[in-house]
Formats: sequence, C-alpha cells, structure tokens
Amino acid sequence: MDPNANRNALLSVLGTMLVLAMVHLAGSHGTEYQIRILNNIAIFIILAVSYNLINGVTGQFSLAPNAFVALGAYTSSLLTLTPAEKEISFIIEPCIWPLSVITTPFIVSLVAAGLVSALLAFAMGFPVFRTRGDYLAIVTLGFGEVVRVIANNTQSITNGPLGLKGIAEHTTLWWSWGFAIVTIFLVARLIRSSYGMAMKAIKYDEAAAEAVGINTYWHKMLAFTTSGFFQGIGGGLLAHLITTISPTLFTFFLTFNLLIIIVMGGLGSTTGAVLGAFLFTWGGEWLRFVDEPMDLGFTEIPGIPGMRMVIFSCILIFIMIFARHGIMRTREFSWNWLCGKLGIGGRLR
Amino acid sequence: MSVLSVGHLTMKFGGLVAVNDFNLELEKGEIVGLIGPNGAGKTTVFNMIAGYYVPTEGSILFQGRPIQGRKANQITKAGIARTFQNIRLFSELSVIENVMIGFHCRIRSTFLGATLKLPLYRREEKRMAEGAMKLLEEVDLTDVAHEKATSLPYGKQRRLEIARALATGPALLLLDEPAAGMNPSETQDLLQLILRIRKDYELTVFLIEHDMKFVMEICERLKVLDYGTTIAEGPPHEIQNNPRVIEAYLGEVQRAQG
Amino acid sequence: MELTFFLQQMINGVALGSLYGLIAIGYTMVYGIIRLINFAHGDVMMMGCYFAYFGILMFSMPWWVSFAVAMVLTAVLGITMDKGAYLPVRNAPRISALITAIGVSFLLENVGLVVFGGRPKGFATPAMFSEVYEVAGLMVPALVVWTPLLTLVILSGVLFIIHRTKTGRAMRCISLDMETTRLMGVDVNRIISVTFAVGSAAAAAGGIMWAMRYPEINPLMGIIPGFKAFVAAVLGGIGNITGAMLGGLLLGVAEILLVALMPELAGYRDAVAFGLLILILLFRPTGLMGTKLPD
Repeated sequence: MDPNANRNALLSVLGTMLVLAMVHLAGSHGTEYQIRILNNIAIFIILAVSYNLINGVTGQFSLAPNAFVALGAYTSSLLTLTPAEKEISFIIEPCIWPLSVITTPFIVSLVAAGLVSALLAFAMGFPVFRTRGDYLAIVTLGFGEVVRVIANNTQSITNGPLGLKGIAEHTTLWWSWGFAIVTIFLVARLIRSSYGMAMKAIKYDEAAAEAVGINTYWHKMLAFTTSGFFQGIGGGLLAHLITTISPTLFTFFLTFNLLIIIVMGGLGSTTGAVLGAFLFTWGGEWLRFVDEPMDLGFTEIPGIPGMRMVIFSCILIFIMIFARHGIMRTREFSWNWLCGKLGIGGRLR
Repeated sequence: MSVLSVGHLTMKFGGLVAVNDFNLELEKGEIVGLIGPNGAGKTTVFNMIAGYYVPTEGSILFQGRPIQGRKANQITKAGIARTFQNIRLFSELSVIENVMIGFHCRIRSTFLGATLKLPLYRREEKRMAEGAMKLLEEVDLTDVAHEKATSLPYGKQRRLEIARALATGPALLLLDEPAAGMNPSETQDLLQLILRIRKDYELTVFLIEHDMKFVMEICERLKVLDYGTTIAEGPPHEIQNNPRVIEAYLGEVQRAQG
Repeated sequence: MELTFFLQQMINGVALGSLYGLIAIGYTMVYGIIRLINFAHGDVMMMGCYFAYFGILMFSMPWWVSFAVAMVLTAVLGITMDKGAYLPVRNAPRISALITAIGVSFLLENVGLVVFGGRPKGFATPAMFSEVYEVAGLMVPALVVWTPLLTLVILSGVLFIIHRTKTGRAMRCISLDMETTRLMGVDVNRIISVTFAVGSAAAAAGGIMWAMRYPEINPLMGIIPGFKAFVAAVLGGIGNITGAMLGGLLLGVAEILLVALMPELAGYRDAVAFGLLILILLFRPTGLMGTKLPD
C-alpha cells in the first residue's frame, strides 16, 4: 500500500476545492466569453476523458463518440423542454407521446441522457466487438453516421434537420465543472482498479489477457458502456449550454476534435485527456485570428474561414509523425510525482 | 480421476492436418512433456487445450468436465493456465501489475464496487497485492516489482510469465518452451522452480520443450509428436532409445542438411 | 412491379455501383499492400474533381484532356500523401497510421474549403455524357452507359498492372510479406507509391463521373462516397480488386432498389451501406469473395 495515501487524499480534496473556488471566482467575475470558454473546456474534459477510456486505455479504436453525445444531447433536451415549447418547435410532425408531455428537472435529464447513451453503447457493443482494429474503427464510424441519419429522419422525435431550439441555458460553470470533476474522479478510479488493469491488459495483448482469465469481450463492453454514459452526460450539458441542437452538430467532425484532444494528451492517459481539452479549447480560441481578417496597419489580410481546421489537421498529422505518444504517453499525474518534484515528503518508490 | 483427459483430438486447417488423433491422460501431480521436431503440432495441441483453437474433432475433459470449444478465459477460470512460446507480457505495465492481473479473474467485486472502492474491493485489492508479492518472491523477482515488465532480461520475463499464470489459481499448468533462450544455470533454476511450485501449489504440469537435457530430467512421461501424429510415448529413458523418435529427429537434421 | 421500371432501376443501380467499385479499387489496393484504411481516399477523389473542374474552366482545356490531366494530378497527390504522411508512420503501430489517415482526410477537406470555398460549384458535363437515349421505353442517360464501360476499362487496366507487370508482381509480393520483398531487392517504398498513384487515379476517374452525375462538386463531397466505397471493398473481401467491383455493384443496386421500392425510407439510403457492412462483418467476415480478413 502507498504510505502517502492519506496525504494524497487530502491533497485531492484540497485540489478539488481549489478548482471549485476558481470556478466560483470565474462565475462571478469572468466575462461572458470567458465563462463560455470555461464551460467548453469542462465539457471537452468530460468527453475526452471518457473517450480515452475506450480508445486509449482499452485500446479499442472507437470512432462513435459523436453518436453518444448526440443521443445524450437529444435525450436531455427533450426532457427539459416544456410541452408548450415542444409544440412550437415541432412544426413538421408533432412530437410523439409520451415525450410530448414529459418535463423533468435538469439533473434528471442529465442522468437519463447518460443512461440512454450507455444503453446504446451496450447494444452497439455486441456486434462492434466482434471486430478488431481498423474494422472496429470503421464499424463504429458507420454507427455514428447511422445515428445522425436517424436523427435527421425521425421527425416526430428529433424534429429532423430543424433540430431543437430554445433549450433552457441550464449549464452553468458549477454543473459543467462539477460533472468534469466527478468524471475525472470516477474514471481515474476505474482505471486504477483491477478492472482498469484488465482493460489495459487487453490493449497490450489480447491473447495474453484471455490467458489470464480476462473475459476480453465483456471488459470491452464495460469500458464502452461507461464511456457512453459519460459522453451522454457531456452531450446533455452541451445542449443546455448552446441551447440549439441539430444533427449537423454531431457529425464525424466532433469525433475528430475529441480524437485530436486525446492524441495530443497521450492515448491512454486521463491526465493527458484533461490537458488536451485545455490546449484544444484554448488553442482553438487563440487560433481564431487566422479565420478573421487581420489588420497589419498598412494592409489588411482577409480572413480565411476554415484555416483553423487546416492547422488542427496538420497538428494531428505532425503529432502522429513526430510525437506519437502525446504529452503524457500513458503516464498519469500523481501527488507522489508532484511532491517528489517539489521535494516534499520525498518518499517515492 | 485424471486431471486432463484428451481423446482423439484432431485439428485441421483447411486441408492441412496439424494434429491427428491426439490422446492424453494427465494424472494429478504429474509432469509430462510434449516433444517433437519443429512444426510437429505441439503448440497447436496447447492452443486447443487452452481454448485458442476449437478442435475439429475430439474431446477434452478437465477434471471430468468437457471444455473443448470453450473460450480461453473460461478455460483459465476453470483452472488451466498457460505461458506462451514467444513470451507475451503486458509490456507497459509493471512487473507486479502483470501478476496482479492474474488474480482479477477470481475477484468477486463488481465493476461498480471496484470503481467506487467499496469495502469488499479494498479487501480484495489488498489480497491481490499481497498475493502478487508472494508469487514474485516465489520466482525471485521482488527486487524488480515496480520495473516495466519488458525491461527485464529474457530469463526473468519467462519466470514472470509463470508467476502470472500461477496468479490465476490453476490446477494444470501448460508451459510452452519455458527454457527457450535460457543459459544452463538459468535452466537449472527453472527446473527447481517448476518442481517447487508443483509441490507448493499442487500442480499438474504439461510442457513443450526442445532442451532435451531439461526434458529428460524433469518429465516423468513424454509424448512425441511428428507431423501431428503421436509416434511414441513413455518414460524419458525409453523415448531416448526409441528408433522412431531418433528417426524423426535425425530426419529433421538430414532434411536441414539435404 | 413493371419490368421497365425494374430494368430502369437496375441500370441506375449498376451505374452507381460501378462508381462505388471504381473508388473502392484504391481502398482495396492500398489496404491489400500496407494494411492501411486510407481514410482520405474519398477526399482524394474530391480533389480529382476540382482538378478536372479547374482544367475545363480556368485553362479551357478540352474535357478529355482535362480529365486525363486531373487523373495524373490526383495520382501525384496520392504519391505526395504517401511520402509526406504515411511513409513516416509506416513502422508505427497500425492505429497511428489510421489516425494519420484521418488527419490527412480532414486536411484535404479543409484545404478544399479554404482554397475552393464551401459553396458547391456546378460541374460542366461534356455534351457527350449529358444526352439521354430512349431505348425500348427506357430512359437511358448517356452517363449511365459510359460509367460502367469506363469502369470496366480502368478495372482491366488495373488488373493488367497487377497481374502482368513487374511492378504488379512486386505489389503482390509486398502484400504477402513486405520485409522479405525488401530483402529481395525490391524498392518497396516506390512500389507502394505506385499503388497510391494507381488507386488515386482510379478514384479521380470515379469522382469525375460522380461529379457529372449530380452535377456539382464541393469540398466535402468525398466523405459519403468514400465511406460507401470502403464498404464495397469490405463486401468484396478487402484486398481483392474484382471483389471490390462486385461489392460496389451490389451496394449500388441495393441502394437504388431500396429507394425505388420503399420511397418512404429514402432518407435512410445512406444507412444501407452501413447495415450491409455490419451484416457482412458479423456473418461472413471474409467478404463475398472469401479473402481472409486480417485480425
């Protein structure tokens, strides 16, 4: 057992309180713009940390997170919209019963979003995990597309291409960061448990994992379902932040963003996923200037919309070629490491 | 009752018969060797017993229960553990984690219980860590417990793989060329190790090996495969002088020279 | 169902399917030789369309010159992509190569958006392809006749390269064992580049015919046909060129028939390919032609 366990637990509590204090400060003093960025970061943390669980930790290269985020977003939005609002929104076909009459509190809608997405992941897992490697990637990509096609076509549930509008702006910094902290905490614990170790074992050598008695199929399902759960919640938070959702929001493009995040941070590292979410959101905002016109005093360079994505694509390729392991490799942040660096306590193994 | 009872086991890959009508009875506590020239089908036999291949024909009874066609992880849980010819450790995990994983298949904690660190899981986790440490002592790897598994030299990796197999709590241990790549003194240590764990963990051992000196010294009984067919079986000293066995091995030499 | 209606749909299905097949050739060749799902293949096709578009529009080339030049340029693009992005990750884990391919795909799409703009551009279809013949009560657009014919020509060309030339033999060797082939003194990287070139040129041809079908082009046009062509390649047993063609035909006909027979499900048309993919991977993971899938 780790001799520093108690100290580390204390530090974790302090750290969490520090984050919450900063959230409080940001909430009361930050500009609307800053608050939006912070919300985005928190949601990306939730999505990336859970995406990393299946892709990085378990080594099953899913390309379907957009499907779970979409399902979560739609589920929670449909639950918080009032019957009157739904009647106004659904102009082509009326919303089906009982969705048309249900309204739940925000937190209930988020949990429901998580559960429904987890259920989808569970159901999807059965066929998906009969395949491996590249094929798994393609099959999940296909599933992601199908979910989008369905969202586009089931008018009476999703309102088709028009999407849902007027979703209440429930997502505050407390909600987003609260869930981000819970997600990090639970996923990190899961990864450290023997179930998490078994998931890593599958990534490194599936045949050997079977040889030590790990039901690889089932453990992949567990990872996938858990990941779906948190992605559903992330979707719910996202919907209640941007207040308007439509199928175009949940294309492969969303998956691509999450992929950059976890690759940048280091596939397999939760710490990396968190860092990646920061870098990506921040970097994305910082790079906004390339999309906009630039005034150089003597001349003006017209902005090129889309340039940001060109840069991000290049970054992804460069990471793969020159820094395949990302920032963290598969390492994790730990208090022992930090204290060691700072020379406190000094008892490192 | 025999620990393992294999009857008429046959494996065909397309038109190729890799193993033909293989029979085997293993009594509790025995150490039995499977030898034969390269490509004779030895590892195929292992892969069928351990659940990696579904046999084309035949039956495998483990402690009286049929296990052929079951998944590899189920067979491990039933009590058959194996090592691999080309060492397969979890490369990025530490030595002790590699062994702890072996205990995972027997824990009672649920997925949620483990994630939330409920009391049952805390107890089991402690037991896993202690058990892993004890097994590392057994194979003399405690000093490198926190090193990365693949940073170990070859011989130690082989021993680690055995410790990992033991962690799954087997009654039957399948060792695929455990002495491959070891120097004579390491081989001697390995021999002692196998004898010791057989006694301490009440194991039955079935092994494939090319090192004849090792095989002759440790095995009580041998089976010889050539082109998938059993050409001889019996105690080592009989096998040593069996003309068919000599021919099979000599044939290999001649083929190689010719 | 009326026979003419059915025949009409079959003709459309075959035309669409041979396009899928044509694009699938590049997928299946590249996968066969280096086990890489070239995610960017559909986007390479898109670039081919723009090359042809600019050839006709800006340089006022006759259409056939422009098409030929577009195929050559796309082949060059394929080689560049291989040398610039895939060669450096060739010895990395397969998943790194896949991520790189996803990156290349997004790069091409966004470069397309930046350079060509997001608005669709009308594609000038040469008169020869835009006529409509009436045969025994069937309306047969010229394109529907030309597409399978051109596809057949290109398919034969590719098969000739693979089975009758030295380069082709090297390709087949690499797909069996890259290291041994290298030891035999074959310039493996050059052969792989040639594979990319041939596959990309075929994709350009497919893309141009795709563009004439609709007839407009945009930077994201490659995504859907790219995905469907991949499904076609898997249907036919990936690595198998004739199989890819058959898979494409099957997919094209299945899609058209779905829309024709069940118009209310037309919105789910793009899901057909994926449904087929799941079924094939579950029940016949070797594809229709029986080539073994890798693990």
